[in-house]
Amino acid sequence: MQFDQSKCSVLKGFVTIKDGCAHVVPAAAVDLYFCSVSPGPCGGRLSTRTMLGRTLREVSAALKQGHITPTELCQKCLSIIKKTKFLNAYITVSEEVALKQAEESEKRYKKGHSLGDLDGIPIAVKDNFSTSGIETTCASNMLRGKGYVPPYNATVVQKLLDQGALLMGKTNLDEFAMGSGSTDGVFGPVKNPWSYSKQYREKRKQKSHCENEDSNWLITGGSSGGSAAAVSAFTCFAALGSDTGGSTRNPAAHCGLVGLKPSYGLVSRHGLIPLVNSMDVPGILTRCVDDAAIVLGVLAGHDPKDSTTIQDPVKPFVLPSLTDVSKLCIGIPKEYLTPELSSEVRSLWSKAANLFESEGAKVIEVSLPHTSYSIVCYHVLCTSEVASNMARFDGLEYGHRCDIDVSTEAMYAATRREGFNDVVRGRILSGNFFLLKENYENYFVKAQKVRRLIANDFVTVFNSGVDVLLTPTTLSEAVPYTEFIKEDNRTRSAQDDIFTQAANMAGLPAVSVPMALSNQGLPIGLQFIGRAFCDQELLTIAKWFEKQVQFPVIQLQELMDDCSSVFENEKLASVSLKQ
Amino acid sequence: MAAPMLRLCCPGRRWALACIDGCSRHRRGAPNGCTSSRRRGQSSVAQQPFITAQKPRKGCTDRRVDSVALLIAPAVSEHEWAAVVGLEIHAQISSKSKLFSGSQVHFAAPPNSLVSFFDASLPGTLPVLNRRCVEAAVMTGLALNCRINKKSLFDRKHYFYADLPAGYQITQQRLPIAVNGSLVYSFCAGKNRSQVINKTARVKQIQLEQDSGKSLHDDLRSQTLIDLNRAGVGLLEVVLEPDMSCGEEAATAVRELQLILQALGTSQANMAEGQLRVDANISVHHPGEPLGVRTEVKNLNSARFLAKAIDYEIQRQINELENGGEILNETRSFDSKLGCTIPMRDKEGKQDYRFMPEPNLPPLLLYDTESLPAGADPQQVIDIDRIREQLPELPSVTREKLVQQYGMLPEHSFTLLNEVGLLEFFQNVMKETRAEPKKVTSWVLNTLLGFLKQQNLAVSESPVTPSALAELLNLLDRKAISSSAAKQVFEELWRNEGKTPAQIVSEKKLELMQDQEALEQLCHAVMEGHPQVVMDVKKGNPRAINKLIGLVRKATLSRADPTVIKEILEKKLAS
Repeated sequence: MQFDQSKCSVLKGFVTIKDGCAHVVPAAAVDLYFCSVSPGPCGGRLSTRTMLGRTLREVSAALKQGHITPTELCQKCLSIIKKTKFLNAYITVSEEVALKQAEESEKRYKKGHSLGDLDGIPIAVKDNFSTSGIETTCASNMLRGKGYVPPYNATVVQKLLDQGALLMGKTNLDEFAMGSGSTDGVFGPVKNPWSYSKQYREKRKQKSHCENEDSNWLITGGSSGGSAAAVSAFTCFAALGSDTGGSTRNPAAHCGLVGLKPSYGLVSRHGLIPLVNSMDVPGILTRCVDDAAIVLGVLAGHDPKDSTTIQDPVKPFVLPSLTDVSKLCIGIPKEYLTPELSSEVRSLWSKAANLFESEGAKVIEVSLPHTSYSIVCYHVLCTSEVASNMARFDGLEYGHRCDIDVSTEAMYAATRREGFNDVVRGRILSGNFFLLKENYENYFVKAQKVRRLIANDFVTVFNSGVDVLLTPTTLSEAVPYTEFIKEDNRTRSAQDDIFTQAANMAGLPAVSVPMALSNQGLPIGLQFIGRAFCDQELLTIAKWFEKQVQFPVIQLQELMDDCSSVFENEKLASVSLKQ
Repeated sequence: MAAPMLRLCCPGRRWALACIDGCSRHRRGAPNGCTSSRRRGQSSVAQQPFITAQKPRKGCTDRRVDSVALLIAPAVSEHEWAAVVGLEIHAQISSKSKLFSGSQVHFAAPPNSLVSFFDASLPGTLPVLNRRCVEAAVMTGLALNCRINKKSLFDRKHYFYADLPAGYQITQQRLPIAVNGSLVYSFCAGKNRSQVINKTARVKQIQLEQDSGKSLHDDLRSQTLIDLNRAGVGLLEVVLEPDMSCGEEAATAVRELQLILQALGTSQANMAEGQLRVDANISVHHPGEPLGVRTEVKNLNSARFLAKAIDYEIQRQINELENGGEILNETRSFDSKLGCTIPMRDKEGKQDYRFMPEPNLPPLLLYDTESLPAGADPQQVIDIDRIREQLPELPSVTREKLVQQYGMLPEHSFTLLNEVGLLEFFQNVMKETRAEPKKVTSWVLNTLLGFLKQQNLAVSESPVTPSALAELLNLLDRKAISSSAAKQVFEELWRNEGKTPAQIVSEKKLELMQDQEALEQLCHAVMEGHPQVVMDVKKGNPRAINKLIGLVRKATLSRADPTVIKEILEKKLAS
């Protein structure tokens, strides 16, 4: 028995199994969705309606107290996924898997053996994390063509499942996570739920009455736009993104979410289909900082399958409620004040700095002198690793294979031409150029040196006593798709990663926290960058900030017209829960 | 399938003994010879029609500057050429699992049965370094007198090939695990091949890297079958500086390395099973002038082919240059059927491997007793000094001991080590016999090895056990049987019918006649029966007595000691 190259999938265990999940919501689930009861004053069953807009921690408490069952919760989310299908947040909805997991979770709750905070919690995973038995596409024809179904779970996915989380599906992205808009995947762009929010629509109505609203939807940012939209539109309570240059923080900022990029080495990359191995980190998208901390607590730690994860044991991430910030030193990097920065973001940034200062924190201007070289350096390193990482997609072992079989070389060429979009091919070409023997010293090695300088900038600043850096996450709020595509992917990525990618180069933890709505009624987030492996401290400060700014919950009544009450919700801060 | 391959290897093993004086012997049997001498050059020329067309004395100019060559080709010509040979040797690490994955390592397992997700380069999989492979590399480095780098790095080497699933090989290009060592290998030379000449090839570096899978090209159906069982198996690439100058030297160096690896247990180094593969870099130049353009002959998988390919390539380059041609810096392969090297088709021309640091593996850090962090988990760190303590005896030391302990000829010590298991066999016989070491050596090297070779058997497959041979030699030693009877017993033992030597001797009545009187009577009878021969003896023909001895032995069914017979006959003839 030989492995037949020309007929591909003979390798044991790699035979692709068509995903068995139907993407249709059973009628019963929809019914249940409508017949929920309002919460009684004396603490009876809480309405599942009101559950959806809540945070992970709140819903987890409700599950533990039996106010809602995992199956009910799962069906609600599936129902909203169906309703919000036009957002294009999901590539694959793993309904059957989720319902089965919910059933298991329910049994555990009945026995009183809940696995923890994540048991029964619907989550979504960006479609560049390997999920055993569930198709994984990276939004690319290269993997989608033959329906690549990984035979194993990424470590982070496995950890979530081990905690009883319900996997709702795989979310949309830019092809192989190369982009900053979630517009360049083979499944089409992701629409920002805020395009349909009451907050945004009302502002628009005031401005213009004639514009075609549907054609003016906003991008989510990216590349983890699907995950951001999924959390933002209440289809799940947390989602995994990946963050190589800002791919989690950017859409988090645009979608009014908390987007955490943990320290490099804190969370396993095993099973994450890589973009840039030396910068990729699984990212976490949630509605509040505490939720991000809960998920990080589950994901963090050494993985024997990823040699770049830290060996030291990781303590659970419980965030204290900071009351006194007077001992904190907040750094404001002056290089981040760029001309492209929108005035609104700029003023919010300065407002945030004032907020810290007024509460007694020391706020100082700091310098990261090599910032201006960061983007070009990132470009060289990123494309070089991309060129290398993409070499495995040759049509032999898995994924797309062209029909041409005159020679192996011709097969490779056609397969890769057909399988990758222009963005991916462009990056492969540049990367290979930088890695050529004659160019290696001038580009790759130089870029590595610059990367070291950039990392050292941060070390210097943190050694000077700064606890966290406060920066914008994005230049402006989310822009309409029609606007966004006026520039090509490369230009957009260079612009949009400007504040975020340095943290990846230096391996530092960074989190984007939504601060306020813009004049247009769109979320604006600010970024905190912390010391390496001081993720908990970073999140503690972020949590304090979050509490101060009271960012509003997205109001999607109009979007969910016929079930508007679902989204009626108290503001996050008004929900009081025991720690 | 393994067996016939193993047999193919045997002549190579014998060849690898590499005794200079033995070359003429090898020329008779095997077509390969030592290049750098003119005679050898010609001998290899003779096989190549296109070279024989050259002026016949081309080979004469081929001279090396080293002493070994001078032993054979002392004549210095003004057109002299020197050949320079460097080697890259890939040795598969003997480990349970692969270099970066948990898949098992086995030869000849069903295709694609030992393939992990990482080996098949499934997206998202990451390499995890196998500790055993690192230890093997350190141990090999120490045995080859290398400096062990306490920090080494991994790199990706990119090229597209069907049996390289990731599109790159993880290797150690920039900072390998061991550098600057030396490999000492020895020739037997001189009149009685008793003079041992040591030569040294510098070890440039030893690097850890992944093996590729195997491609099987089915030209008939124009398809390629891929077996990934081998993909990701750990390799030690040992790079030898161009310190060799002919096929034989290269083959001897490789043979010595093979023995070292086997003694260390770091590689089984079986060439027939592809556990040891050699690429040779070859160039020729006029001594005193810069080195010539080199060619690389790839994938040499037997010592014999290695020597043949190098010698052919040296000769080809000389011929090419003498005819005004030029040598291209190219990759060639050796066609073992035609006995020549041919350019490998390489459509892309010069490959640019686009080396890049492997981002998924942190630097490999090693420690010694001094630098070992306090309280370090021994499972997490590798202590070079501890590995040094575990180094077993190396073949050169074993050979020296054999020579000193048993008064063995150096040549014999080489043969004992060159055959897998032969030394152990010899030592086991020695434990159980009172016979002289020289006698044992002779029986093991001549009789046993002869029988094994004749039937293409490995030492482990010998039907005669060390104990049986020891018992036989004991019988011989106390003169219970004659040498010729002993041979007969050995043959019986070889048939392996479960009898002990003593049983065979008694069944076949092979005991020496101890009865002096009976022997005297026999001698008398023979003399009576052959008066003419007796006359010849008396006339002074010294050989005639041998005939009488033969006749008496025949009458005793070879059971009498010829020296005793001779004594009796001489006494009788004198009277």
